[in-house]
Amino acid sequence: MNVMNRQELLEMAQSELDRQNTFRCRLLICASTPCISSGALAVEDAMRKAVEAEGLQTEIEMVGTGCLGPCSRGPLVTVQVQEEPDVIYERVTVELAPQILAKHLKGASVPELDARMLSYDWPFFAKQKKLVLSESSTLNPERIESYVARGGYMALGQVLREMTPEEVCAEVAKSGLRGRGGAGFPTGLKWDMVRKAPGERKYVVANGDEGDPGAYMDRTLMESDPQRVLEGMAIAGFAVGAEQGFIYVRGEYPLAAKRLEKAIRQAERRGLLGSRILDSKFNFRIDIRMGAGAFVCGEETALMQSIMGRRGQPVPRPPYPANRGLWGGPTLINNVETFGNIICIILKGADYYASFGTDKSKGAKIFALAGKVNNTGLIEVPIGITLREIVYEIGGGIRDCRPFKAAQTGGPSGGCIPAEHLDAQMDYETLQKLGSIMGSGGLIVMDDQSCMPDVARFFMEFCMDESCGKCGPCRGGTVQMHRILSKITNGSAIMEDLDTLEDLCLLVKETSLCGLGNTCPNPVYSTLRYFREEYESHIKDHYCPAGVCQFTEKPLRSA
Amino acid sequence: MGTSQKNNGDNERDPRYKGLDRVLKRLQFQQSGLIEVLTSAQEAFGYLPEEVMIYIATQLKLPFSWVYGVATFYHFFSLKPQGKHTAIVCLGTACYVGRSSEILDAISKEYDLDPGQTTPDGELTLSTARCLGCCGLAPVVVFDNQILGQEAPETTVEKIKEVVGGKIPAKAVSSC
Repeated sequence: MNVMNRQELLEMAQSELDRQNTFRCRLLICASTPCISSGALAVEDAMRKAVEAEGLQTEIEMVGTGCLGPCSRGPLVTVQVQEEPDVIYERVTVELAPQILAKHLKGASVPELDARMLSYDWPFFAKQKKLVLSESSTLNPERIESYVARGGYMALGQVLREMTPEEVCAEVAKSGLRGRGGAGFPTGLKWDMVRKAPGERKYVVANGDEGDPGAYMDRTLMESDPQRVLEGMAIAGFAVGAEQGFIYVRGEYPLAAKRLEKAIRQAERRGLLGSRILDSKFNFRIDIRMGAGAFVCGEETALMQSIMGRRGQPVPRPPYPANRGLWGGPTLINNVETFGNIICIILKGADYYASFGTDKSKGAKIFALAGKVNNTGLIEVPIGITLREIVYEIGGGIRDCRPFKAAQTGGPSGGCIPAEHLDAQMDYETLQKLGSIMGSGGLIVMDDQSCMPDVARFFMEFCMDESCGKCGPCRGGTVQMHRILSKITNGSAIMEDLDTLEDLCLLVKETSLCGLGNTCPNPVYSTLRYFREEYESHIKDHYCPAGVCQFTEKPLRSA
Repeated sequence: MGTSQKNNGDNERDPRYKGLDRVLKRLQFQQSGLIEVLTSAQEAFGYLPEEVMIYIATQLKLPFSWVYGVATFYHFFSLKPQGKHTAIVCLGTACYVGRSSEILDAISKEYDLDPGQTTPDGELTLSTARCLGCCGLAPVVVFDNQILGQEAPETTVEKIKEVVGGKIPAKAVSSC
């Protein structure tokens, strides 16, 4: 294995930049899962053929990059011509692909393409603040050179050369970064706990088991910028004194696993992971562990069980993983996105990072914006932005000009935010006050065609299926709550059922073993709080205001 | 930690066991590698037959109940053979709000299948997923590893009919 020092790292960055500058034009094709499913590979193929037909291989470089953001508008192509501003095209088809070359290299006029141009002033882009995804749309995730050329592994180099583990933990604490998995535990504090915990073998685990339906931030980050996650983990390893890291990838994300594996191999070959990293005394290995489809494995103790090859069932805390985790050693578990934030904190300083966000929640957060908005996709916004800005400016408003009804955050552990709270700030405290949680960042917008009891029933069905069955309240409670919610949506419930439902919610919330059970009543709670009249009209009038529920009994009032 | 243990039963005749042995060796017969071994076994056999699980249990020196427990815990593992084609309907939140349950009902009605079942002729398996992370394209159906975005009940059934009718071969494109 090669050992690379700082000088060689800088040389590698320079030679990659030189190589990129030899091309007159670079075509960046978004190669993340949503764009691939909309046909990005076929577009890439068509472009490659066009380039070859013109014999321009030495002048034009084609790059498959990470995610650009507006996923519903794929396939997305960015054209970078030297000394000209970048141009982004949406919904590029196989027929239009060669036209892009004609337009940019020969100056041909293609009105169809002009109509598909996306401007950087578009609120979807302009309102964002990219701290984690800053490079994802320009990098080639399958080449480490591409990452190094954009300043990759400089943060790790700086940490190894100039900082002590205490200083790294202090810097992260100073930045105010909080866990991006949803609970928002201060990251610096957690790192310090693991650093101080006695134990010979410590571990670092990146939680990429993104089970929340409607959330795909971690997948995108792992697919778009895998090296950033690895570098963040290595810095964490140095800070807490671990030599082994695991990255737990959800089984449904084969592309993310493939790219991470490639990234690990490339980093190891160049001595940026493995032993004696960057010519220092620090050793750090990272292994991938694939999940096999269990939502509960996103819970940290269940995740550790799964890494050790067991059934993914949570175990009681304490002892916390920071003291006794994998194979009894102190273990640091952070979300993939949390590790993605580390590079920015180290390179630009904790103060810069803390300049974004609110008093208690710093930095930027990635949200997966989906549902009934015009622009769906992945956005990274400063914490504290209002829901209204996200829905109406970034999201471009509700589809078909229908009214906004609610936004669901935090998946099955979160809640629904109604229209009267559109001006609420998106931060950990405010969301909790509203009965929801920040969660991992899924944000699903619903219009008046969504029925709230039905949504609550949907989430309860999810939790019922995914309950691991270890503790009674969750195993039995979810089934009973689902039964009542089903009764409400099929018209056979009575008003007393609502009281039973609320009692059950409290019981399950207070007595379950892990986060899954503690938070699964949240969707019911929050919809009951804001949309109680909808529940009542289901029960009393057999009437579903959204027109979703099919009542088995005859409705008393017609829709 | 178990060490290599040769099992010279009937299993040796099936070449797929060779591949399994390679995975076991690569993981140095560590018990923590169980999920990975089961994953590759499922890839090789299409599902997890009982004798394969017994074989894995012996090799890793784990009780069979342990292996069975893990295999039945995770959704990814199947103990029954799968159909030639698979249709997975995403029931994640974004897809659900986009009425993906209607798509599921349509397929279910067309082929008289419940989610998780396979047609008697072994042609089609219908299953559901909890978010495939393609929420921008909701509602999403994955048919034979190809992601179909922004679907409607009629179009999906149409597309499945084209293939399961037996004429046009299914193409596997995207790796998602």
